Order: sequence, then C-alpha cells, then structure tokens
Amino acid sequence: MATGFRIRDGGITGPQETRASFTNYAWSIVKDRITLAAVVFLALLCVFSVGAEILAPYPPTGLNLSDRMLPPGATGTKGSFYVLGTDELGRDLFSRLIYGARVSVSVGVLGAVVSCVLGVVAGLTAGYFGGLYEDIIMRFVDGMLSLPSLLVALFVLFVIGGGYVNLILVFSVLHWMVFCRLSRGLALGARTATYVQAARTLGASRLRIVFRHILPNVMAPIIVLFTLEIAILILSEASLSFLGFGVQPPDPSWGLMIADGREHIRSAWWLVTFPGLAIFLTALSLNLVANWVRAVTDPVQRWRWLKGT
Amino acid sequence: MEPLTSIDGLRVEFPALGGTVVAVRHVDLQVFPGEILCIVGESGSGKSVTSNALMQLTRFSGGQVTNGNLNFVRRSGDELDLRTADERQMRRIRGNEIGMVFQEPMAALNPSYTVGWQLSEGLMKHRGLSRKEARDRSLDLLVRVRIPDPERRLRQFPHELSGGMCQRVVIAMALACEPRLLIADEPTTALDVTVQAEILALIRRLCSETGAAVLLITHDMAVVAQMADRVAVMRGGEMVETGSVHQIILRPRHAYTRALLAAVPKIGEMAGKPSPARIGTSGDVDRNEAMPCAGGERILEVRNLVRRFPVHGGLFRQTIANVHAVEDVSFRVGEKETLAMVGESGSGKSTVGRCILRLEEPDSGEIRFHGRDLLSLSRREMRDRFRDIQMVFQDPYGSLNPQMNVLDQIAEPIRNFGLDRGSALEDRVANLLDRVKLPRQFLLRYPNELSGGQRQRVAIARALAVNPEFIVADEAVSSLDASIRAQVLDLMMDLQSELGLSYLFISHDMAVVERISHFVAVMFQGRIVEIGRRSDIFERPHHPYTRSLLAAVPKMDPAARISRNETGARPLQTPIHAAGHDPGPSRYDEIAPGHFLLRDGIL
Repeated sequence: MATGFRIRDGGITGPQETRASFTNYAWSIVKDRITLAAVVFLALLCVFSVGAEILAPYPPTGLNLSDRMLPPGATGTKGSFYVLGTDELGRDLFSRLIYGARVSVSVGVLGAVVSCVLGVVAGLTAGYFGGLYEDIIMRFVDGMLSLPSLLVALFVLFVIGGGYVNLILVFSVLHWMVFCRLSRGLALGARTATYVQAARTLGASRLRIVFRHILPNVMAPIIVLFTLEIAILILSEASLSFLGFGVQPPDPSWGLMIADGREHIRSAWWLVTFPGLAIFLTALSLNLVANWVRAVTDPVQRWRWLKGT
Repeated sequence: MEPLTSIDGLRVEFPALGGTVVAVRHVDLQVFPGEILCIVGESGSGKSVTSNALMQLTRFSGGQVTNGNLNFVRRSGDELDLRTADERQMRRIRGNEIGMVFQEPMAALNPSYTVGWQLSEGLMKHRGLSRKEARDRSLDLLVRVRIPDPERRLRQFPHELSGGMCQRVVIAMALACEPRLLIADEPTTALDVTVQAEILALIRRLCSETGAAVLLITHDMAVVAQMADRVAVMRGGEMVETGSVHQIILRPRHAYTRALLAAVPKIGEMAGKPSPARIGTSGDVDRNEAMPCAGGERILEVRNLVRRFPVHGGLFRQTIANVHAVEDVSFRVGEKETLAMVGESGSGKSTVGRCILRLEEPDSGEIRFHGRDLLSLSRREMRDRFRDIQMVFQDPYGSLNPQMNVLDQIAEPIRNFGLDRGSALEDRVANLLDRVKLPRQFLLRYPNELSGGQRQRVAIARALAVNPEFIVADEAVSSLDASIRAQVLDLMMDLQSELGLSYLFISHDMAVVERISHFVAVMFQGRIVEIGRRSDIFERPHHPYTRSLLAAVPKMDPAARISRNETGARPLQTPIHAAGHDPGPSRYDEIAPGHFLLRDGIL
C-alpha cells in the first residue's frame, strides 16, 4: 500500500488522532481472558509442534510392553513418569499427542488454506461476473458436492497412495466447494452495494472490484468457515488415518490415536479422551481467535474491542 | 401545570477508544401533557440519545446515563424515575405508556409478520385483549391513521406497503395502547414531501384527539415550524435555547439557532435571480452573491430514454409485465450548467442518472456525451468515459468502502486510471481534501470515523479526482444536516464556477433545487412532465403535479401551517403495464420559450 511514510512522518497525522497502536491490540487480548487463553493454547501448540523432538519426554514410537495401558499420572516399571498415561503398546500418550499435533494441525490448516483460496477465488468471481462462467462453476460445485467425499478420498488415496502431501491435496479438492458457495452468495449480496457500484464508476477493473472492494468486506463469514473447516479436516484426517489411507502407523496423529483408543474405551478412557480434547480445544481456540481477529480488523467494530485501553 | 416528563441534568456517556464520549452533557427539559415539543439539532447533537435515555434504549448501544433524573408521571399517577426503573417496569412502559415512532418505517416493522399480527401483539401483551378483540382494535387503529382499505392491510406484510403507509402502521402501533407520551424520532425524514405533510398532519390530529404529549425529534427547521408548540434547540449534547415556536423561528436569541435557520434554503427566495446562488453560511461570502451566468455548449444530450424492469411470473418465469421506470425521457445539459431532476421516490429520476453511467442498461434511447453515444461503447471504452463523467451517490454511508481509509478512497480513481503514483499521488489527494475543505488529518481515517457530511465530501473529492466535466449527483445532499447541506451545496456551486463542471442534480427537495439549478425537469411516473428554466418552474408552474410538489413543501412560518387533508394527495402508482404494452411517446407543448409541458392524456 502506498499509505506512505511521508504522510505519517510529515506530521499530517496530528496528535488529536487516536489511532489504535500495537499496545492497544495486545492489551485488548490480555483484558479479554478467554481470547487470551485461546491465544496461549495455540501458541503452545505451535511451540510443541515445532520443538517436538526437544519437548516430548519420550520418543513417540518407543514401545515399552511392560508399561502398557497405564492411567494418567502413573509411574512405569523403569521409573518413567507418564503424565497422560500410556497406550496398548506402552507408548507415552503425552509424547504421541505432541508429535500428533504436528501432523493433525498442519494437515488441517494447510488443507483449509488451499481449499479456502480455491473456493473464494472461484466463488467471488462467479458471484460478481455472473453469466455462463457462474453457471459452469456452480454446476461443477453442485456435482462435486453430491459425491460422497470420504469414498472419493479413499479411492483417490488408494490410487495415488496415502501420506501427508496427498492427504492435503485430496482435502483441498474435496472441500473448496463450501467456500465457493459461501463466497458466491456473499459476492451476490455485495454486488449491488453502493460502494461496489461507486468503484465501477471510479474505473476499477472487475478483478480489482472483486478482490480489493468486495473481499475485505465479506471476510468475516469466510474466516468463521475457515476455522470450522480446520476442525472438520482434523477429524477427516482421523477417519482416513483410521482406515489406513492417511498417516501411516506407527507415526502418531490425533485422529489415529482416537481410532486406536476406541477399542479400549471401557478399560482405558484416557486413550480417546486426551486426543479428543486436543482436537476440541484446538478448534475452539481457533474460533475464539478468529472472532477476535475479525472484530479488530473491521474498522466499524474495532473500537468496541479496543475501548478504554 | 405539572409536567408529564421532566428531565433534569441528564448526562449520557459512551465508552470509546481512549476514554468516553459524552453524547449528552447537560439537558433539562419538561414535556407537558398534550403539547408537541420539538427537539431540533444536527446529527451528533444528542437529541436522539436524550429521547432514547427516556426509554432506557441507550444501554443497547452501550451508553450509560451517568447523571440526572428522568421523572415520568405514570398513568396511575405515580411518579417514576426512568433512569433507575428496572427492566420489568420498563417493559410495561415501553410501547404502553410511552410510544415510539422511528425514522425508518420499513426497518421498524418485522418483515416476517403481517401488519395485523404486529399491531395485535402489543395489545394482547399490555392490555390483555383476546386475539379477536385485538384484531378489532387493530382495524380501528388503521382506520384512525387513515390507511385506505384497512381490512386488507391487516393481512399484508410490510413489504407490500409503501413507505408512507408503513409509517402510518408504525404510528398506529405506537398509539395502540394510548400512550401518555409519543416519542417520534425523525418520523418523516425518510419520506417524500407530499407524504411528509400528510404524516405530520396525522400526528397533530391524533395527539389532539388522544391528549398525548409528543416529543418530536427532527433536524428540519421547516418541520419544527409546522408542528411544534415549544422548541428545544440542542447542540453538542447541550440545550442551547428553548422557547415557543414563534419565538424560536421568528425571534431566535441564540446565534446557533439563527445559523440553523439561515442554513435552510427557503423556497421562493430565489425569485427573480437568473443563476444559482450560494447559501453562504460561512459568513465571509455575500449571502446572495450571484454566480457567473451559465449557458454554454451542450455536453450531454439524452434522447428518448426508456428503461423498463421486467416482472416475471407464471409457470416458466416469463415476463408478464413491465415496470416503466423511465418512459421516453429527453433532455440536454449544457456546459457549466445544472439541470435538476425532481420528483418523488419511484418517479424514475435516479434510474435516469444511473443509465447515464450505465450502472443500468437502458432498453432504448440515446445518451450522447459530446456527441458520442455512450450506449454503443464497450465496457472498456465506457470505463475510460468515467474520467469525464462521475457520480456522487445518495447514501454517503454506503458509497464508501468501509474497509478503506480516506486516502485510499480518494486515490482509487487516480490509481485505476494510472494518473499519478507515489508522492505525486499523495499530494494530489491532499489537494483534493483541501478543495472539499476537509483537514488533512482525515487521510488515515476510516469512513465510520467520519460524519455524514464529511463522508459526502470524501465522495465528492473522489469524484473530482479525475477532473471530470460532468457529475451526476443522485440525492447527494438529502441525508445531510441543514448546515452541512448548505456547505456541501455551496461547495458544489463553487466547484462549478471554478472548474466549469456541469451537474445533473437529482433531488426531491424543491428548496434545494431552487438554489442550485439553472434548469429543472419534473419527473412523474417515469416521464418528464414539465421542463424549463428554474424561474419558469418555480414562478410559473403549469403541471398540476409540479404545483402539488411545490405546495407540499413545509413553510418556515409557524403562522402559515399547511392545513391539508391528510389523505389528500393521491397515492403514487408504480407504472406497471402488461408485457408488450406501448404507452406511446412523450409529446410536449412549448408554453413559453424553453418551457415545455407534457401534453394532457399521456399519463
């Protein structure tokens, strides 16, 4: 942006202007305890994912058959301490959760990013341009949505093989349609807005109108869908890994851990509870943070969140 | 006499970035039974907040009453402080003892329920009437607010009614439980002049019938002159002056009241003056300084313009009828001239403006700009024409992208046409800001941090950024306060004389039109019924519609109140005709040189 330094430094921005500063933003998070908790949780998640090798107390695939199915807080035969207990092969659940975070979160986030970009570009242009272009895209979307996605994912992963990259690719192909439908609807609504018509008379090109004028004004619902989609993808990854087409055992992923623990849910509740809790908390934190980001990036709502700081 | 409501030392604060904003600083006010008290002031003066505080509605928008008493005498004779009343008591008072009428009649009604249901709801809740009784009472209320065909209206949904009818329903709702006090917050601002006159007369009659006191909030001095018994003038959260309507309008004491009155263009003021004249509220300009006389080369010529909106229906969604929004309209605009297009909502005047910029594609006709037909241009060629033709939209709240700051808004056309970049661009934007008299500090502000008038200046600066020759101003000043409107109008006239601009000025406000225009075209049901020099239209109006428009304008004189029949004006019909119907061309008689009148029998 050419909101150049010249104007800010040239003293044109007078002292009476109350601009929100970084401190305003930081303070508004600190004051809002729930958002703060979500931010802290996501930060920890990132730290643990990146530094899994250093931070995990045990190797995630290290078998220890004498310490099988120990409950949380138990001490093993060789004096090892298991915060969250062990699974049916005596592997430390906490270490596996940390390593699993890496796979689950990155598959969820990357899958959601790719499908969001694809879907929003297709949807906004379809909604704004209209005509045959819109018909083709939207009928294609209808077709894609009518496919049973899990079955298609299974088939495709069977042909091209499972694994991390393929998983993200398949997710993107199968999930962009929801973004497309949503953003087409938003573009249809924004198309008749006065500021969009004004932009036309100001000589903005069609792509500029779509991405510079419409997109920033319809971000809020897209961000919400994006965070929901991450949670859905983490769960889809779980199903596919369970069926043997996603992440390959013995590598951990949260979904795989839930799938494995399911058999022992009567005798060892912690095996499903903690990975389930991890997925739940991640999705919840993402939603809370997204809500905050949406509010503070909206010039109309910003003051509510930054007030009194 | 004991006051019905007395407000003592009211103070209302809103939390904001970096502290609090004081919306109402100190207000003392009494409303006596049976009187009409007008609170007049400009936006931001705290007049709406004062009335909302009475209903404890401020808390829904985050405001806090930090000081003052709001005493209200209830129907039972008890006195209650509305500031400290709990929510249960307030629910009994809202809509029951204090009725409220809002500015936007369409928004005040729930679109998913029938009119009858919404009217009955309050009656059943507050009065404990049965469904049948409530229905009968609703019907009675609709009769009293003089809605034509009330039986049928009960079963209709709000979208099936016109704006004026919706406002009648809202008034009926507010009066349903026979409140002791009716708060009407800008009840006629969103309505056409002829409808406005009817609604004001209705409120007057109903309150004298029921004995209710009315607290009428308005920014319009003419409405005050027409309605008030007493007037309170507010500015910046404080009461500036109170007094009887005669005293305030005829002998205002406070300088601000005088300035408010001076900012209102009064119809008939311009008689005998050949060219537009500034309103000149700034004080440094002679009040009636005449502008350089216009009358140059024709730059825009519209011929036989037709725009019809198809109405789809039937099994195969075929076109069964057409709304004839614009029907055979022709006019010319000369260099440095302003043609004003007046008419009520639905008359097709905005559609004409939108067709010129091809925001709307006309069905037939020609629009020649410097002799070149705009309708034959491709999208790319048309885009280049936006360097010469620009538009200022009605709604300054909607026409600016809420996510862009002022700098980017004004820079938008400069960037799009690649006219300047870097520091040259910033200089250019800063100069434009000077030109529309906005401080440069505003460059980094977002639209929601600007007032309506400031936004409209940004919109004008943006339209000027490409140095256009011709500007379509679609109700560009309608949503602005009187003093701001005067400033924006003066600005537009200044720019016309400095830059040689031509305007198509679309408006419903006859007094404003008389100020700014060289030529006037009156539109009714999609056709121009009368067109001519300003003096022809305002001093020698011929068409009955032009005359009724002029007669409906409220006068700034409490002695000359319009005592018109509330249902006098005929309802505006949308010109819908069956598919294939050709209503025939517009034919005009030239009744004086340059003054044309639509021939009888065409409408």
